[in-house]
Amino acid sequence: MPTLGADMEAGTLVEWLVKPGDEVKRGQVVAVVETQKGAIEIEIWENGTVDRLVVETGRKVPVGEVLALLRAPGEAVAAAPVAQARRIEPTPRPEAAPPAPPRAAPAPGAPARARISPSARQLAGELGIDAQSVQPAEPGGVISRADVERAAAARKAAPAAAAKPAAPDWHAQMRTAIAAAMSRSKREIPHYYLATDIDVTVVTGWLAAENVKRGVAERLLPVVPLMKAVAVALREVPELNGFWVDGAFRPSAAVHLGMAIAMRGGGLVAPAIHDADRKSLDALMADLRDVTTRVRGGRLRGSEMSDPTITLSSLGEQGVEGVFGVIYPPQVAIVGLGKVTERAWAHQGTVAIRKVMTATLSADHRVSDGHRGGLFLAALARLLQEPEKLR
Amino acid sequence: MSALTRAQIRSAILDTLCAIAPETDPAGITPGAPLREQIDLDSMDFLNVIIRLHETLGIDIPESDYARLATLDSAVDYLARRSGAG
Repeated sequence: MPTLGADMEAGTLVEWLVKPGDEVKRGQVVAVVETQKGAIEIEIWENGTVDRLVVETGRKVPVGEVLALLRAPGEAVAAAPVAQARRIEPTPRPEAAPPAPPRAAPAPGAPARARISPSARQLAGELGIDAQSVQPAEPGGVISRADVERAAAARKAAPAAAAKPAAPDWHAQMRTAIAAAMSRSKREIPHYYLATDIDVTVVTGWLAAENVKRGVAERLLPVVPLMKAVAVALREVPELNGFWVDGAFRPSAAVHLGMAIAMRGGGLVAPAIHDADRKSLDALMADLRDVTTRVRGGRLRGSEMSDPTITLSSLGEQGVEGVFGVIYPPQVAIVGLGKVTERAWAHQGTVAIRKVMTATLSADHRVSDGHRGGLFLAALARLLQEPEKLR
Repeated sequence: MSALTRAQIRSAILDTLCAIAPETDPAGITPGAPLREQIDLDSMDFLNVIIRLHETLGIDIPESDYARLATLDSAVDYLARRSGAG
């Protein structure tokens, strides 16, 4: 059972997408695990043949438990005693691993698992409905609350079917997960906090002009150039990007930006946008759309949960002006971007109305100091003055 | 394109909201109050609402007009005007 974040202690194996004898390839999705943050697709990081599935579906097992045994390519079937077969422990993923390939199709014979919205999953739990038995309104669509309610009504009509005991409250589980990670962070990480106000009039105007040229489906959200600027600014202060592991900092050459995304019905997750510093704005927008859709309706992959090298919390236009984040261990920094507001601002020798955003940094004092953190925020402010270079 | 009725537009908006935010209760929406205070829509959801309305109604919605879709009533007014229903 891989660890899919600092707050995870156990997971429930809800589905195998492979069976003994199946060939598996590095990066293939082999199983689905239900965690406190929803269903996560588990990838495998070695090539080989599935020898034996050790954990049956429906079982909750602690992190580190062997889920299945894998034979290396060429290893004989009968000659492979269980003890010698390789353990499937897909994470932590090696640093040098390439970005995960697109999600593999389920193995032949394995029924495609229906996607379900978190709130529908919760409702199904409350009503004692097996979420996997619910039919979405559209074939292949995401199961919604209405679908679960319809399934519940159908079950009432057939009272012979025994109700399952209600699953533990999903909200409570999510709060427990966040509490565990954030308590650990505040216990172990000596945070320092910096804030600066950045004039974003230029980047805001540039984006508006860019979006005028684009069809509605190609437009970029305001956060996209901010993501790119944060990722590029990290190159100048690499000690904010990486992990604190076993009493030492391990910098990451790649910038995998964890985007804090609110989940429907409460809670949040921060899945990775891989290699954010090297992607075009269009690619970042596509990735953001993809993970947001899956956070809110479908499911995330294990690598997206464990890969982020830093977190970005952007409040968008609905929020407040500033946010000081709590670092998500084992990361060493979190960047907070507040709502863009119009403020009276000294500009070119006069007071003007400018669009201003408060950017904050919470960072781990074991790894960096306020001086270096300040240089990061200064780099971010500088990069945002030349948005055409962020493409 | 023939003009859409206000009822058609209203129904398209509610269908879209329910599709993007499955927990939406159409009957529970206060028509004059901001949608994003009543429904859990983040920036990406709101953009997806705009995209879907564009697809279903065939009405182009420039980014500078997004604020006109803040409430159900204002969105119906705006889209009716854009579709030529007046």
